[in-house]
Amino acid sequence: MPRHVVARAAEIPPGSRKLVHVGERDIVIFNVKGELFALSDKCPHRGGSLARGRLTGVVTSSGPGAYEYTRPGEIVRCPWHGWEFDVRTGRSWCDPKRMRLMNYAVSVEPGAKLVEGPYVAETFAVTIEDAYVVVETK
Amino acid sequence: MMLDAPRAPVHEADADRRADAQARTRLEIIDGDVHPALRSMADLKPFLSPQWREHLEIYGSRRRSGFSYEPYPKSAPKACRRDAWPEEGGPPGSSLDLIRTQYLDAYGIEVAILGPLGASGNSELNMEFSAALVSATNDWQREFFAKPEPRLKASIVVPSEHAEASVQEIERCANDPAFAQVFMLTRTGEPAGNRRYWPIYAAAERHGLPVGFHVFGSGGHPYTGTGWPSYYVEEGAGHSTSCQTVVTSLVIEGVFERFPRLKVVIIEGGFGWLPALTWRLDKLYERMRSEVPHLKRRPSEYIREHIWLTSQPMEEPENRRHLFDTIEWIGWDRLLFASDYPHWDFDDPFRAFPAGIPRERHQQILSANARAVYRLA
Repeated sequence: MPRHVVARAAEIPPGSRKLVHVGERDIVIFNVKGELFALSDKCPHRGGSLARGRLTGVVTSSGPGAYEYTRPGEIVRCPWHGWEFDVRTGRSWCDPKRMRLMNYAVSVEPGAKLVEGPYVAETFAVTIEDAYVVVETK
Repeated sequence: MMLDAPRAPVHEADADRRADAQARTRLEIIDGDVHPALRSMADLKPFLSPQWREHLEIYGSRRRSGFSYEPYPKSAPKACRRDAWPEEGGPPGSSLDLIRTQYLDAYGIEVAILGPLGASGNSELNMEFSAALVSATNDWQREFFAKPEPRLKASIVVPSEHAEASVQEIERCANDPAFAQVFMLTRTGEPAGNRRYWPIYAAAERHGLPVGFHVFGSGGHPYTGTGWPSYYVEEGAGHSTSCQTVVTSLVIEGVFERFPRLKVVIIEGGFGWLPALTWRLDKLYERMRSEVPHLKRRPSEYIREHIWLTSQPMEEPENRRHLFDTIEWIGWDRLLFASDYPHWDFDDPFRAFPAGIPRERHQQILSANARAVYRLA
């Protein structure tokens, strides 16, 4: 289970997202109210980049005329055709079995722990004082 | 909490696509539907006389708008891809640089046909203003896009409710190789085969230019045959019915009998509906031929010979066999690839068609068919 240091924690504050590259993979990391989620960036439908999509909520309805808006900020809509994906699971709303994004374990680790390894920090130096976002690839 | 993606485009993904596109064995691509946009109406002003500039400022646009034409934002702001807004400002489609880097270069596009929508002047009620506005739109396409970027071909937008003015505009532009087709919209004031439009078809045929019918238009009629629907989803589905009206009317009124070299391209209406329509028309014709004695052949024969359709927005059945069967019924030589860049329902030339499409069929749709239709020299 290789673990990759992909960003400083301060680079992805609540409400933001960052596109990172781990080897061949493009991974988008969302910070939803302090929780981080890492998903493959390429939409499985036709390949739009989800890092450029809009975060929205889920509108559900128990019947015609009844609407409920829940989970604001936890659904990403592809910037092309508007497919909706749950950032918590990577699954699409309309076709959750076939249309889904790979999701990755992601955490924030203190620099003091990271300098001990065995982590791969490809693009920048890790210092003891900062905190970092770490993504685990399968 | 509604969070928008950053406005500034991240070009890495586009660079990846470029590498992807080059890595695949070279497929030549001609795109039948790319939409240029005005940064603002000021872009048209250099091409309008002082009289019409002032008219535009003081009186503005006046169209057959039915009730509530053009509800926007249509699923995304300006119905556009959220990643296609230029860094320098202006709407998607208004920056030639971004059209080049994000689309033409990224996918290795050989030629793309422009389709100006919005304030193009196509359906203005004031005939002289309509004529002035479409001329300005045509000059703007040429000066802003087709002249600096030879991969982009312009369309001759016509004031289609005014045949005489339309013919004048075709005559003004047709000899310029920057223009590849005559451009109309599917929601005309009368069904498209009506004789009021025949002078337009005569002029197009005379110059060897196809007539493209793009979905939308403000002919004043609802999106469906039975009134105004409540949802954008219904409007999206409704395009196929206005396309069916265009095809049916052109065939049954005898347009192709009268103009045997006329080529018609149906743009952005999908294509899955065509086989069923064709079967139905043949069946009706066989029973009521004497009502339309001006037709010398079955409707299916006119359709097979005169109608092409762009592929986007692709039908996406779960079983790809169903898609291939549908194309087989229409004819593999009748479909033209289109992306609809920069609109939100953009089709990627490499991903729009399902895996398993035979390479020579794919190449036919991506470019060979277009070479037979458009004037690209």
